[in-house]
Amino acid sequence: MQRLRDVLRRLSPGREADSGDRELRADGGGATATAERTDSDTRTGRSLLSSDFVQSMPFWLPPFLLMGFFVYGAIGWNLVISLTDFEGLLLPEYKVSEFDLEMYREAFSDPSFWTAAQNTLVLLVAFTAVCLLFGLLLAILVDQEIRFENTLRTIYLLPMSLSFVVTAKFWAWMYNPEIGMVNVTLRQLGLDFLTLQWISNPDTKLAAVIFALIWQFSGYAMVVYLAGLRAIPTSHYEAAKVDGASTVKMYWRVILPQLRASTMSAAVVLMVFALKAFDFLYVMFGNNPGPAADILATLMFREAFGSNNWAYGSAIAIVLFGMALAVVAPYLYSEYRRGEL
Amino acid sequence: MSSPPASPNPDDHTRRERIEQTLRDADRTRVALYAILLGLVGFYLAPLEAGLMTAFKTTDAFNRTVPFFPPVSGGFTFEPWEIAFDAMSNALINSLLLAVPATILSATLGSIAAYGLTTIDWKYQMPLVALFVAGIFIPYQAVLVPLSRLYAIVDTQELLSFLWGLPLMHEHYASIINLIVTHTAYGIPITFLLFRSYYQSLSGEMIEAARLDGASVTSIYRNIVLPLSKPMFAVTLIYQFTQVWNDLLFALVILPSGGGAAAPVTIALNSLTGGIVESFNTQMAGAFVAALPTLLVYVLFGEQFAKGVAGET
Repeated sequence: MQRLRDVLRRLSPGREADSGDRELRADGGGATATAERTDSDTRTGRSLLSSDFVQSMPFWLPPFLLMGFFVYGAIGWNLVISLTDFEGLLLPEYKVSEFDLEMYREAFSDPSFWTAAQNTLVLLVAFTAVCLLFGLLLAILVDQEIRFENTLRTIYLLPMSLSFVVTAKFWAWMYNPEIGMVNVTLRQLGLDFLTLQWISNPDTKLAAVIFALIWQFSGYAMVVYLAGLRAIPTSHYEAAKVDGASTVKMYWRVILPQLRASTMSAAVVLMVFALKAFDFLYVMFGNNPGPAADILATLMFREAFGSNNWAYGSAIAIVLFGMALAVVAPYLYSEYRRGEL
Repeated sequence: MSSPPASPNPDDHTRRERIEQTLRDADRTRVALYAILLGLVGFYLAPLEAGLMTAFKTTDAFNRTVPFFPPVSGGFTFEPWEIAFDAMSNALINSLLLAVPATILSATLGSIAAYGLTTIDWKYQMPLVALFVAGIFIPYQAVLVPLSRLYAIVDTQELLSFLWGLPLMHEHYASIINLIVTHTAYGIPITFLLFRSYYQSLSGEMIEAARLDGASVTSIYRNIVLPLSKPMFAVTLIYQFTQVWNDLLFALVILPSGGGAAAPVTIALNSLTGGIVESFNTQMAGAFVAALPTLLVYVLFGEQFAKGVAGET
């Protein structure tokens, strides 16, 4: 009877609203989140359904098979294709004795591969770094108990709900040298000397792309940092104030070190976005963005789907996958160790 | 995220005091703060505002007016919208046929997988969880060649008629089904993560109590967990809908011949011919037509979208 009452109490709307609010703490809340979770784990005892392992299998196994086939199966298949020299129509002939690393050797000796790899790195690092910095500043500004906070946050995050195709269309027009808004505005301000052929000039091409992507995704970094800032106890702000720290010093010395978890998770996700910037480049420049903005993703697509160099495209894809793995694996491992997965 | 702070904060009082102190200290800083925040609104909205203005201008008005300004006398027209809508109406239907089932399927599968892997305790649970979650971070380039090869050899029309004795459907729908399956599969990792963090916060006592009352794993899911999942389903569905609606890459690779009759809006918008300067107003109108559903969802459910985004970390 006691138990039944317990169930009813927990099913009541108040309870539901409470748990509805709590899932937000997953976004880099750091120490508080871990403490809270451990607490609830010990309270509940995680082995409640341990005898029902077989019973629970129907729940996770079908989704796992579907996802595993498409994600891990496909990556494995991609790896196999990259070891062949397949350029044909339908499927490669798999002769294990003829598997080799020829495609990788070819890529590594191809200057356009290195150009694309370099651009990919520049895009990854510059985009992620600026987004984080900008997002952090935005979050700090929004965190000052301002009015209309909801509206402002909604506006700052708005571009992220748009597709790369839509934002690429907007920015292709913004950057148009004659009638695009960037140059028109500069001319209106009397800054004619600053007008440039933004996206046709090799010197500014990649920077212009990165700027547009920052416009699209900095709001995301803000959301993550904002959640991180709100998880920091107010006493930390106060202690810094009592010690006579200036605002800048307080954020730099006291607050920033506590945002490490937010920074890590935001950085990883932003890098994943950067690796997906293919759509943006494809809409803006078509199949070939030219050496100034060619990234591994566009090179891979051009080789595989433009020229049927399937094996070569697969090898580049594996390099790209390796890059993602190098970023994500340490992050996932540390999350796993902290029990945050 | 306007809801009360995620974790109960005992320092709310002192927080407010701190802020009041800051207020008294620096009125001018406040003014500067609002000026910056307003400037940032301009930064994020300027492309959209100028695009919207442009979409209502005749080519002539468009060439002689400042992009920000509304169409001047005689320069106002709906024509770009009509052209864009005519060119994209079929693709809008395709995108709906694609995004609605793919969203519902991936949310459902993510929910049941998270339930299965969060409420059981098993030696190999964490590696499985890690495999699910790692799927979020896969660069899609690493699967494009296999995907295109897979759909080059699998004939969905034949397969479905063979498996379920369905009559042969139009090739158009077969392509859309291929895309639905793909988006569902690649959506599972993120929906899994969202539901997992939610189910971790649900009380285990409740589940235990229900079990002791004799409920099976399935009926616990159906009668307790699923009803409690409504808020999380809202978050997940909104987030996934945006993702699927906005996809270009899978459609490019999976649909035959550049999308054909099955092209979703992203492909239709991309092929709304660019290049010539005169068509910028049509392109802007097209961009808004393609973005309208996600913009609408975002304006109506921005809160849930933000939750989904934050949950992705």
